[in-house]
Amino acid sequence: MSASGTSGTHMSSPASHAGGHGQGANEAPVFEGARRQELDTLLTRYPTKMAALLPALWIVQAERGWVSERSMTEVAALLGLTPAYVKGVVTFYTMYHQHPVGKYFVQVCTTSPCGVCGAEDVVKAFLRHTGTGDLGTTSADGRFTVIEVECLGACGFATPIMINDEFIESVSAETVPEIIARLP
Amino acid sequence: MGFPHRSHPRETPLLSKHFGDVDARTLTGWRQRGGYRALEQALAMEPVAITNIVKESGLRGRGGAGFPTGLKWSFMKPGDGKPHYLACNADESEPGTFKDREIMRWTPHALVEGCAIGAHAIGAETAYIYIRGEFTEPLLRMNEAVREAYADGILGKNAMGTGKRIDVHVHKGAGAYICGEETAMMNSLEGRRGNPRIKPPFPAVAGLFGQPTTINNVETLAAVPHILTNGPEWYKGMSLASPKSSGTKLFSVCGNIQRPGNYEVVMGFPFGEFLRDLCGGPLPGRRFKAIIPGGASVPIQTPEEADGTMMDYEGFIAGGSMLGSGGVIVIDDAQCMVKQIARLARFFAHESCAQCTQCREGTAWTTKILERIEAGQGTMEDLDTLLEIADNMTGKTICVLSDSCATPVVSGIKKFREEFEAHITGKRCPMRAVAA
Repeated sequence: MSASGTSGTHMSSPASHAGGHGQGANEAPVFEGARRQELDTLLTRYPTKMAALLPALWIVQAERGWVSERSMTEVAALLGLTPAYVKGVVTFYTMYHQHPVGKYFVQVCTTSPCGVCGAEDVVKAFLRHTGTGDLGTTSADGRFTVIEVECLGACGFATPIMINDEFIESVSAETVPEIIARLP
Repeated sequence: MGFPHRSHPRETPLLSKHFGDVDARTLTGWRQRGGYRALEQALAMEPVAITNIVKESGLRGRGGAGFPTGLKWSFMKPGDGKPHYLACNADESEPGTFKDREIMRWTPHALVEGCAIGAHAIGAETAYIYIRGEFTEPLLRMNEAVREAYADGILGKNAMGTGKRIDVHVHKGAGAYICGEETAMMNSLEGRRGNPRIKPPFPAVAGLFGQPTTINNVETLAAVPHILTNGPEWYKGMSLASPKSSGTKLFSVCGNIQRPGNYEVVMGFPFGEFLRDLCGGPLPGRRFKAIIPGGASVPIQTPEEADGTMMDYEGFIAGGSMLGSGGVIVIDDAQCMVKQIARLARFFAHESCAQCTQCREGTAWTTKILERIEAGQGTMEDLDTLLEIADNMTGKTICVLSDSCATPVVSGIKKFREEFEAHITGKRCPMRAVAA
C-alpha cells in the first residue's frame, strides 16, 4: 500500500497487460440487475454513499476478477464521487487488483512469524511449481500469479497461504506440489 | 483452550471454550450454550448500568492499548440527540496475533451478542464489524451469524422484542495493516484511504461519519456477555498478579515453539511456565533466543526477561515489554536476529500509510540499513544511524506505526548488539556461515 511497496502486489506480467492502453474500455457495466440490487441494499447500511465504496469495489472484483479504470468510473458515478477519488482509494489497498491476474492468485505470508518457520521455501516452491518464475508475474498459461503477502493473521498455522478466497493453513515447501495438483 | 491443541488443565477457557466445536457456530447451538441471555438481560437495563458493570469488572481493551473499556463507554452520552456508532475492530493484522480470527470462526454469535450489548450501552443503533479482507472464513461465519440474528429478531428495528433498534453490519476491509488503527479504520469504513486522523477530536466526540463513536476489539466485546452473566466481581477476581489487570486473556503463540496456537489464561499467569508447560517449550535441540510477547510492535524480550514476567498489562511492562495484542512470537537460536528485525522493519515500511514524513522515510531507510547489515555490508556507524532514525520516528507522528517500527530496532540493537556487530566485522551473516 505504501510507495515502498516491497511485495510487488500490483506488479503483473506483460502477458496480463495484453489489453494494452485503455484496457477495460469496452466492458459492459457491472452494476446491472442483481449486482445493482446488491449495491442498493448496501447503501441502506450507511449514512453516506461514499461508505459503500469498499463494498462496491469488492462486487466489481468478484464479478470481473480485477478493478479496471472503466469500473472505477462506473462506481464513481453511482456513489457521487470522482474517478480520481476512487482510484486513490483503490490504490491504497493491496487486495484490489488493478490488472488482471492469473486464474489462481496465490498469496504466501512471509512476515516474521512465518519467516522463522520456512515461509521463504514455500514461496520458492510455488514459484518453481507454478512456472511463474518471478513474484507478481503471471504464468504463460495464465493460470498462476504468486505474490508474497504481509501477515495473514494465522501465524500459529505457519505457513498460511491464500489461493483466491481459499485460506490454507500449515503449508510447507513439501506440500506445495499436492496443493497445486488439487486445483482444477 | 489451546486450539488447535487440546485444552491444557491450567488454561481458563472462557472465550475459547467452544473453539473447534462446529455446533457452537449456529444460532441454535449458541443458544443451547447459554447464548443471548446476557443480551436479553442488557436490553432490560439502562445503558449507564451496563457501562458501570463493565467499569467495575476492570475489563481493558484487548486490541493492544489496554484502555479501560467501561471508561471508554462512559465518554458516550446516550440521549444527546446525535447518532452514535459502535465500530468493532476485527482488522486483526498485528504479526503474531490470530485470536480474533478464532473467536469469529468458532463463536461468531459471541461477537454479535457483544456488539449488540455494547451498542445498547453507548446509545448506538448501529454497529459495524470491520473485518480484514483476507479473513475469508471469519467473514463467512460472521455474515451467517448476523443473517441468523436478523432472521430471529435478535437484531433489527425491534431487537429481541424490546422496541429498541440495533443493527449490526459486517464491513470487509481490503488489505491494509494500518486500518487496525482506530482512526484509520473509521476513514476506511467511510470509503476513504486508510490514513489515521489527528486526535483530538477523539472518536467519542467526532468519530465515524463525524458522530460519537466507540471502537472496541473483538476479544473485548466477546468478553462482555460473560461479565454481565457472572457479575463484575467474578471477572475482577480473575487476576493472579496486578489488580489492575483482570479477566482472562487469549494469547496467540507462534514461531519456533513446540505447540503454537491460542491459549486462554487468567491475567498474571507466569510467562516462563506458560511457554514451557502449556506451549511445550523450544523445538528439540533448540533454545529460545528472543520472545516478542505482544505482537510485532512491542519491545523484544530475552528468554531470561520472559521467564520472570507475569502475563498482564503491568507485568509485561515490568518485564521490559508490553502486553499489546497478546501475540507471542518465539524466535530460537537457529534464527538470525538481524534478519528477523530487518524483516519486521520491511513489514512496517510496506504498511506505512506514508502521510507522515518520519514514518514514510524512516521505515524505508531503516529497512535499507538493516538489510545492508544483514548482507554483510554494514558499518558500525550504521548502528548509530539506526538509533538516531528510531529516535526521530518515536512520538512524532499522527499514529504509532512509526514508533512500532522503531521499537524492535531499538530493543534488538540493545539486547542483541553482538549479532549486529558480528555481521559488520565478519562481513557476512554468522548464522549463514554456520549453515554453510
